[in-house]
Amino acid sequence: MTRKQRRLYFVLLGMLALGGAVALVLTAISDSLVYFYSPTDIITQRIPEGRRMRVGGLVEEGSVAKDGKTVIFKVTDLSNTIPVAYAGILPDLFREGQGVVVEGRMEKGGQFQASEVLAKHDEKYMPKEVADALKKSGQWNDGKKN
Amino acid sequence: MIAEIGHFALVLAMCVALVQAIVPLIGAKRGNAAWMGVSGPASSLQFLFIAVAFGALTNAYVTSDFSVMNVAQNSHTDKPMLYKVAGVWGNHEGSLLLWITILSLFGFAVTLFGRNLPPGLKARALAVQAMIAVGFLAFILITSNPFARLEPPPVNGQGLNPMLQDPGLAFHPPFLYLGYVGFSMAFSFAIAALLEGRVDAAWARWVRPWTLAAWIFLTSGIILGSWWAYYTLGWGGWWYWDPVENASFMPWLAGTALLHSAIVVEKRDALKSWTILLAIVTFGLSLLGTFLVRSGVLTSVHAFATDPARGVFVLLLLCLAVGGSLTLYAVRAPSMKMGGLFSPISREGALLLNNVLMATGAATVLLGTLYPLIADALNLGKVSVGPPFFNAVFLPLMAPMVLVMAAAPMLSWKRGDLAGVLGRLKFVAALAVAAAMAVWFLQGGSAGPWWTGAGFALAVWLGLGTLLDFAERIGLFARPSQALGRAARLPNSAWGMLLAHFGLAVFIVGLTASSAWTTEHIQSQKMGETIMVGGFGITLKAVDEVPGPNYTASRATFEISKDGKVIDVMQPEKRQYRQPPRPTTTAAIRSGLLGDLYVVIGDADAKGGYVTRLYFNPCIPWLWAGGALLVLGGLISLADRRHRVGAPARAAGAKA
Repeated sequence: MTRKQRRLYFVLLGMLALGGAVALVLTAISDSLVYFYSPTDIITQRIPEGRRMRVGGLVEEGSVAKDGKTVIFKVTDLSNTIPVAYAGILPDLFREGQGVVVEGRMEKGGQFQASEVLAKHDEKYMPKEVADALKKSGQWNDGKKN
Repeated sequence: MIAEIGHFALVLAMCVALVQAIVPLIGAKRGNAAWMGVSGPASSLQFLFIAVAFGALTNAYVTSDFSVMNVAQNSHTDKPMLYKVAGVWGNHEGSLLLWITILSLFGFAVTLFGRNLPPGLKARALAVQAMIAVGFLAFILITSNPFARLEPPPVNGQGLNPMLQDPGLAFHPPFLYLGYVGFSMAFSFAIAALLEGRVDAAWARWVRPWTLAAWIFLTSGIILGSWWAYYTLGWGGWWYWDPVENASFMPWLAGTALLHSAIVVEKRDALKSWTILLAIVTFGLSLLGTFLVRSGVLTSVHAFATDPARGVFVLLLLCLAVGGSLTLYAVRAPSMKMGGLFSPISREGALLLNNVLMATGAATVLLGTLYPLIADALNLGKVSVGPPFFNAVFLPLMAPMVLVMAAAPMLSWKRGDLAGVLGRLKFVAALAVAAAMAVWFLQGGSAGPWWTGAGFALAVWLGLGTLLDFAERIGLFARPSQALGRAARLPNSAWGMLLAHFGLAVFIVGLTASSAWTTEHIQSQKMGETIMVGGFGITLKAVDEVPGPNYTASRATFEISKDGKVIDVMQPEKRQYRQPPRPTTTAAIRSGLLGDLYVVIGDADAKGGYVTRLYFNPCIPWLWAGGALLVLGGLISLADRRHRVGAPARAAGAKA
């Protein structure tokens, strides 16, 4: 095998691997991207029901109600709110008035069915998307609570 | 006072590093031995100063000196001693100090063990090492001083995040950093080789043990982190494709590829520029990992404090290091001499194929990790890329890699006999297919996911293929009476390779079974109520308040029964820490060969029951066993006589 042939083999191998990877990425990415919305986005834009998405904001004070293993609460960006239902144990840092990101689907009737609730390790920390959503709704208060 | 000494020592270390970055480089260019010789004492001195600084911060933590802001923000007098010490690196500033301490330790090790290194290579490598040190010392001194004082000092500290108060996590960051920073050695030697314009077998013999050591640390760090996530986060999972996990996984993939391509450089004098590129990429990904974790640009379960100035600084360092070294690579690599030729069907060819697959895998992980950033920057909306993407893209790339992995060690160098090797493997292939069918039958056909059969087939193929290779190497079938003696004479590096490959097979079993067949039961469970999970009956007996050293816990007591007989008691806890006031969940886990029972207690509900989460996670211990075999294989290989530091230098000296 000459050097030229080896180089050809090298290049072909690389292109094959990259081509395969690109094909895999293209087929996977449209199904598995999860978009982030604020409650205001959901109210004002037409967002397809049944698509997997994330919604972030603050857990509205006084909105958390437990019914057996199901928890119902409201996520707000202080302009609009979305009711959320979640079955399971809430993360340790889930609290009223704190930032939260929920992942799941919108259901008919405007309730969000969450399959995952993400609250951060650090209660001083505000998820970046939530901070941006609050800034967008004009309710951002420099991270300090009212 | 001691804190000021620490701060001052860092400034001195920075001065020494500046000298070490410049003088030996000029010396190597001009062939001036005295100037090159500066690198040795400088690296020792640099390590000494940084060790003093690290000692000063540790002292502040151990004595709970709350006039140091870092201690006040992250420690507390009530904390057990282990976590006071671990608190040193449980925060941004301290973890950077640990990073730079490890970096200077590696530089010092080169000086210590590298007496016989060619002086030019050593001087240049240490100079590159010092450049990295200058960058990170500047980062610490300008943006993240761990010794800043607090006036007036508070009576007590704010405490360490209780999630981090855990033995698994106390050792997770140092191991990860030893891995990340360890790859800086391969990087520095790669840059030095580019500057010299020469890569040979002696170079590879030098780089291999350092890369292997870094790989062992990184592997242990990742496994420790997964194990920690598994038993503390209370979700029953061990890998989330979280950006910070990916940040450690990408250098691992590139480092594993580097480990293997360096073998080809050493044994066959081929793949030289590819190996150099991998060394640069591996360390670049390590820096990227540091950037992703330290800047907080990506939302992740590891929510560290975010500070844009710090992010920009690390990004700048990253661009300088990666951009500079890739430019140098582009200029110098073409002039490097091509080495030994080989046919595509050969051990080199197989190693290269797997190298390319692993590098491609790392690239897809990189894309998935950075895609949210790119999409945000291009105003494509805020997205997150979750596990479905990585599972759909990364795993199909790894399947052919595992296929090749079983056959590659049986192929000969230069020109291999593929048909012959496949002939030897035909029984293994038959057993792999049989395993796939058995698994399909056991899970009830399409009642389970379709890929479980493929996963088990790959595991059997790799595991038995590795065992067959071992049996052939010791002549178990040809001359059984001498097999034991031959096994004893097998070089450590062969033992290491066999163990690590077998470990991956064990890991694949755990990966497949735990991803496919985990059962989860979430319910409101009343006192005395029994729930059946994975063939076990789980009965809630009591929930008691129990005091801990710096927390109070609600401890639930569950009785576990099998076939009507009580066999065990499990006690998960929900803890409320006092400082900082924060709740954590401690799952109770009962491990068995077939899987783990995993029990989490939640809050009381209005009707007198408790929300409980009960899992049966099949084959989880196989993951840890597989990881342990990988590490053990690495350690045994590191102990190989041919890898002993110093030995290669003599060979190089003899050649020159």
